[in-house]
Amino acid sequence: MKAIKRLLLNLFSHLDLPLLAIVLALMGIGLLTVYSATSSDGFDKLDKQIINMAVSFVVMLAVARTPPQTLMRFAVPLYVTGVVLLVGVALFGVVVNGSRRWLSLGFTRIQPSELMKIAMPLMLAWYFHKYESALKARHFLIASAILMIPILLVLKQPDLGTSLLIGASGFFVIFLAGLPWKVIIGMGAAAGAALPFAWTMLHDYQRRRVLTLLDPTSDPLGAGYHIIQSTIAIGSGGGLGKGWLNGTQTHLEFIPEKHTDFIFAVFSEEWGLLGNGILLVLFTLLIGRGLAIAAAAPTLFSRLLAGALTLVFFIYAFVNMGMVSGILPVVGVPLPFVSYGGTALVTLMVGIGVLMSIHTHRMLVKK
Amino acid sequence: MSDFYQNEQDIDRFRNRTLLAGVLVLLCFLVLFARFVYLQILQYDYYTTRAESNRISLVPIMPNRGNIIDRNGVVLARNYSAFTLEITPAKTMGLEETIDGLAEIVEIELKDRRRFKRLLEESKNFESIPIRTRLSDEEVARFAAHRYRFPGVEIKARLFRQYPENTLAAHAIGYISRINTKDKENIETDGQAANYKGTEQIGKVGLEAHYEYELHGTAGYEQVEVDAGGRAVRILSQTAPTPGNNLQLTLDATLQRVAEQAFGGRRGSLTAIDPNTGAVLALVSSPAFDPNLFVDGIRFDDWDELNNHADKPLLNRAIYSTYPPGSTFKPLMALGALTTGKRTAAQTIADPGYFNFGNRRFMDDKVGGHGMVDMNKSIVVSCNTYYYMLANDMGIDTIARFMGDLGLGRKTEIDIPGEATGILPSPEWKQRRFKRPEQRKWYSGETISVGIGQGYNAYSTLQMAHALSNVVSYGRVFRPHLVHSITNPTTGEVRLVEAQPIRQIALKPEHVDFIKRAMAGVVKEGTGSRAFAGAPYESGGKTGTAQVFSLKSGQKYVAGALKEKLRDHSWYVAFAPVDQPKIVLAVMVENGGFGAQSAAPIARQVFDYYLTGKVPGGPAPETENVEGDAGAVIEEEDGHEGH
Repeated sequence: MKAIKRLLLNLFSHLDLPLLAIVLALMGIGLLTVYSATSSDGFDKLDKQIINMAVSFVVMLAVARTPPQTLMRFAVPLYVTGVVLLVGVALFGVVVNGSRRWLSLGFTRIQPSELMKIAMPLMLAWYFHKYESALKARHFLIASAILMIPILLVLKQPDLGTSLLIGASGFFVIFLAGLPWKVIIGMGAAAGAALPFAWTMLHDYQRRRVLTLLDPTSDPLGAGYHIIQSTIAIGSGGGLGKGWLNGTQTHLEFIPEKHTDFIFAVFSEEWGLLGNGILLVLFTLLIGRGLAIAAAAPTLFSRLLAGALTLVFFIYAFVNMGMVSGILPVVGVPLPFVSYGGTALVTLMVGIGVLMSIHTHRMLVKK
Repeated sequence: MSDFYQNEQDIDRFRNRTLLAGVLVLLCFLVLFARFVYLQILQYDYYTTRAESNRISLVPIMPNRGNIIDRNGVVLARNYSAFTLEITPAKTMGLEETIDGLAEIVEIELKDRRRFKRLLEESKNFESIPIRTRLSDEEVARFAAHRYRFPGVEIKARLFRQYPENTLAAHAIGYISRINTKDKENIETDGQAANYKGTEQIGKVGLEAHYEYELHGTAGYEQVEVDAGGRAVRILSQTAPTPGNNLQLTLDATLQRVAEQAFGGRRGSLTAIDPNTGAVLALVSSPAFDPNLFVDGIRFDDWDELNNHADKPLLNRAIYSTYPPGSTFKPLMALGALTTGKRTAAQTIADPGYFNFGNRRFMDDKVGGHGMVDMNKSIVVSCNTYYYMLANDMGIDTIARFMGDLGLGRKTEIDIPGEATGILPSPEWKQRRFKRPEQRKWYSGETISVGIGQGYNAYSTLQMAHALSNVVSYGRVFRPHLVHSITNPTTGEVRLVEAQPIRQIALKPEHVDFIKRAMAGVVKEGTGSRAFAGAPYESGGKTGTAQVFSLKSGQKYVAGALKEKLRDHSWYVAFAPVDQPKIVLAVMVENGGFGAQSAAPIARQVFDYYLTGKVPGGPAPETENVEGDAGAVIEEEDGHEGH
């Protein structure tokens, strides 16, 4: 008995309770909404999502117990593996819905770009940590190269949403590492100048999404349909919402991808502005807690990693809610901890685990 | 941690940047929140409406179309329910494959496919279109067992229009058929678009067309909650349709059948009117067609046959085909002469067998003439010379005015569409009708021909029956009508179609009585006597012959020697009983020869049935050549003009 008790204590000793509370609250909202979004189809995905959550929770516990120094050792191997797998995808990947994102292992398929969401900030944090206090322009150049390789590979698949998230995670590391402002401003200007060029590089469907965002009514039954229907869902939710399981847009199938990328429309229709406010507060708390952990972290590696991961959570939440409510183009980004789906949840919980590890191991480092 | 100060600086910068990021995060979330406030509070009403119109769909429920029954309750048009196999093209996996697959289960003929293709062109992709109608129970069962293989294919119970008496009174009743683009425009002009949302068929001809809005009823509708795929999830509310009104006709189905059968397939028409009310008792156009063919979209070969048949069965001759009335015009001329004071009944003329006008000679058909002829005799023996002179004395303007007053050359306003105006010739009419100046001039010789019902004169049997009815009712003019009453099946309220005279023609009763007696004389001892020999009632009548072509000078008309299509049209107008007329009719048999030969026997059978209940054994016989009723024979000495 004692052994079990110690094991349990040991297991939970590296939890950060505020973070845990916030994540559990978000997951609770996720379960309610996934149930509502899928129950009218005759079979709900509730049990599957509970399993997903349990698995991701275990992964989080494991990561949280791993000290940051150990995590640092995974940086290079994970990044290299990720790049190799992405090249593998480009060469031998399975095409699903017009995108080459998956690698078949025979018994299952994996999506290497998902790995990159963690490997990228890990790698860059490790790199800057390695050259701490001696950072020169060339280090930022090399860091940019480390960042660009996987991004280009993922863009090629094509997967705009994931390359955006990977790019954001890497950029936040470089930004927090102290990329000079004049470079940031210069890059911003260059990006602005490159926009017309980038436009020609985009796939037709990506261009259409941007155009549709600017004027959804231009193609109400085609590309604009998703945005129009999700905005109707949100708007008709009103102040207090139509009530759980009562969303007509949801239950009559007007919302596309209603349990995954567009789940926010379902939530918003049924819980209204009040629910949206609560959701925004939860995400603000999550990000605030993450940034606090980053600020308190003892090493450059853990600071950069914690800060970047936290800001990626923000990108997830902002891009998702922005696209569903029609102020950002439609890119495939789930609402963190709420959208249905195991892979994304595991990735997110690895991030939470890393934050917890950094926070709970800070004293040990100091000693 | 090589340099402590460096490290401290780094940490400061990191914290500054983290703080900056945090502020940016808050700003972004504020933007999102502002967006939510905009959508959920400021635009709430708009988006609620959008969501409601997304989910609620109004499905029209078609009302039952009203029935049509004859004056005695015989059903002439009704509805019955039958199963149809329908395809919604947008929901199928592939139209051709679906139809081919269905053909293995239920019989689908080439004509079904053709009709489907035609309907497909006229409809929208998400409308359901019948591929087969009137499935047998066995076919319904067979499809039900296989229906999982055919997405987008459904069995539907639909109401079909049925005309149980088939060809009987087909032209009067008309038919309904699929709404086309032009019908749609009319419906919109009439402000009926909402009521016709779910209606697929509309009255095209006859009573079905004229009383369309009475028969149609008011559509009901269901508020249905639908999902994004357009499938109905549940019914939110329902408003029942109001069925269309039933029509009770003035038509007597048995009389109609007797009259139709009397024609024995010959081309022609008959209109029988009750002179006391204007009620149409029989309206025959022969040959007829089966209106049932049109109901679920006529098949191509059926249409081809009806439309291109030499006898033109689709044509409603009774109201649309006009012919010179020939000698049936004479009693009306005589009444005109009495009314306008151009003749007294006793005035006599000497008939030498011809009438010279200018350098032309108008012939009577009796060589040597009828001798001394007064008005009565002029009608009984149908003396042309009398009317040549009369026409000349009256002048075309007087004739036109009087005949127009009787109802000729104008629409009778009968309650079915497609009525011809006919031609009442007059100088004004020529002015309107022709373009070239030499054609527009009225020649006084033309007046002479008009006097015996030839020339430009052209009337339908409806118009002739109407005019004679106006005469025997002493100038009371009723609007001829086929519908006696309109019944609302829900409230039981009955509306009568008017039985009031619409105007009064100034006729002296003694003049009318004189004409009636003269026409009775025609039946007793004149050109109608053979057809009416032994009739147990007294009727008045007048035979007539309309020329199909003019004979050249010196030619003698020999009916047998002419091709059928060139033979004269045979007319008979009549009323009975003479003292209290209950029925007036006009019959016309195309290329039937002398009026007494083909038309009068038909009138005899109709009167026999209507007045004594006698049902004839077969079509009316053609009597042998009867003398004394030829058309005008004009000897033209200068070939001035012909017609």
